[in-house]
Amino acid sequence: MPPRPWPVTVAAPAAIELEGLTRRYGERVALAGVTLALPAGATLVVFGPNGAGKSTLLRILATLLRQHAGTARVLGHALPDEGWAVRGQVGLLGHEPLVYRDLTARENLRFHARLHGVDLERVEELLDRVGLARRADDKVHTYSRGMVQRLAVARAVLHDPAVLLLDEPRASLDPAGAELVEPLIGAAGGRTRVITSHDPAGGLAEADIALGLRAGRPALLAPAGEVDSAEIGALYR
Amino acid sequence: MRRAVGALLRKELRLELRAPQSVPAMALFSVTTLVLFHFALQRGEVDGDLAAGVLCVTLLFAAMLGVSRLFVADREEGGLDGFLLAPVDRTALLVAKAVALGAFLVAVECVLVPAFVFLLLGPALDAAAFARLALVLLLVDAGVAVVGTLVGAIAVQTRARDLLVPLLALPLLMPVVIALAKATTPLFLAAGAGSLPVRWLGILALYDLVFGLLAYGLFDFLVED
Repeated sequence: MPPRPWPVTVAAPAAIELEGLTRRYGERVALAGVTLALPAGATLVVFGPNGAGKSTLLRILATLLRQHAGTARVLGHALPDEGWAVRGQVGLLGHEPLVYRDLTARENLRFHARLHGVDLERVEELLDRVGLARRADDKVHTYSRGMVQRLAVARAVLHDPAVLLLDEPRASLDPAGAELVEPLIGAAGGRTRVITSHDPAGGLAEADIALGLRAGRPALLAPAGEVDSAEIGALYR
Repeated sequence: MRRAVGALLRKELRLELRAPQSVPAMALFSVTTLVLFHFALQRGEVDGDLAAGVLCVTLLFAAMLGVSRLFVADREEGGLDGFLLAPVDRTALLVAKAVALGAFLVAVECVLVPAFVFLLLGPALDAAAFARLALVLLLVDAGVAVVGTLVGAIAVQTRARDLLVPLLALPLLMPVVIALAKATTPLFLAAGAGSLPVRWLGILALYDLVFGLLAYGLFDFLVED
């Protein structure tokens, strides 16, 4: 299924602009020819089966990977050359929580706060908001998966980033946990968001734009309102 | 950058204190190696160049254990990505890791040197000789820490980490081996501690400076994609 022509007039300045973005791992193409513009404050939801290139796209936008072809601009800065200007303005919530298991939640957040030059009061505020204040001095390896995910959410938004890159952010969260983190990573925060999802209905509900990837190539790109769940489901067949 | 180095160093030391891995392994390995030398050499005591060689080999092999583990927690728990996402100079990681590895080496030497004196060294070391030995070891530690951090950053990105560390680090540390052996031989002479060869101290200091500058120039490329 070829991607639909891009029908949206972008009124707001684009927070993310991609043109022919391509990344390989050795001979294997992980991402190829991804072209899109995401307005500031909008949400792009990326669908696709495992290995489709969703996480690779997030890691390029986070400046952790370099593209092999094409261009990527985040908040007006070209990657990878101006990656230094983008770091600190993006928050990544990936499959790995990026916290140390032998440190406590408070120590982990304080460590990241010092790296980002964030006031330590913000750490206490976030521990409270993700419901970890009472367990803040316990080592992370004693936490359940859901608690680790909530801690990872706190780490990702610690520095109040303008762009959030969320890789299946609600995976391993129970309904109460998902409710706790919603104000931090939900649409109400007003941040530009790129989210990967395997949930067609849930993903489309929070998307402004939907991107479907298959074997690294865009198979669908359209405003979320013009896409139905069946089209997303077809990506997985 | 001082803020980032402080945060990274505090994290390194806290992790090692809370779940000790590197220092106990290095200390145990070094004492075991001294015992092996004791029996393999079939001598109760060593002195001079033989004593210097035993101390040198034991220290460097123990250091390889610390280098192998230097970036493991960062790699396995995603801490390296967490650092790379922060708007800080990558050199902060080099400095923090090198200082942490240097501190681990000093801690190991606090076990290794007394064990070496007790188990193998023939001539007694007076306070002046101890002070000279400490100066030499500090210069050695600085070189091993910088080279070890560079090699550790390369090796942790491969599956053959434990193989790669000694294969890369030991040839690079050959000048340190030579200078350490030459500088400490007079301290271990049976006739009494000789004076410290300033020339070899200068070579060690120059080695530290050159590899420090090299590491500063290369480290960004090693940790980024």
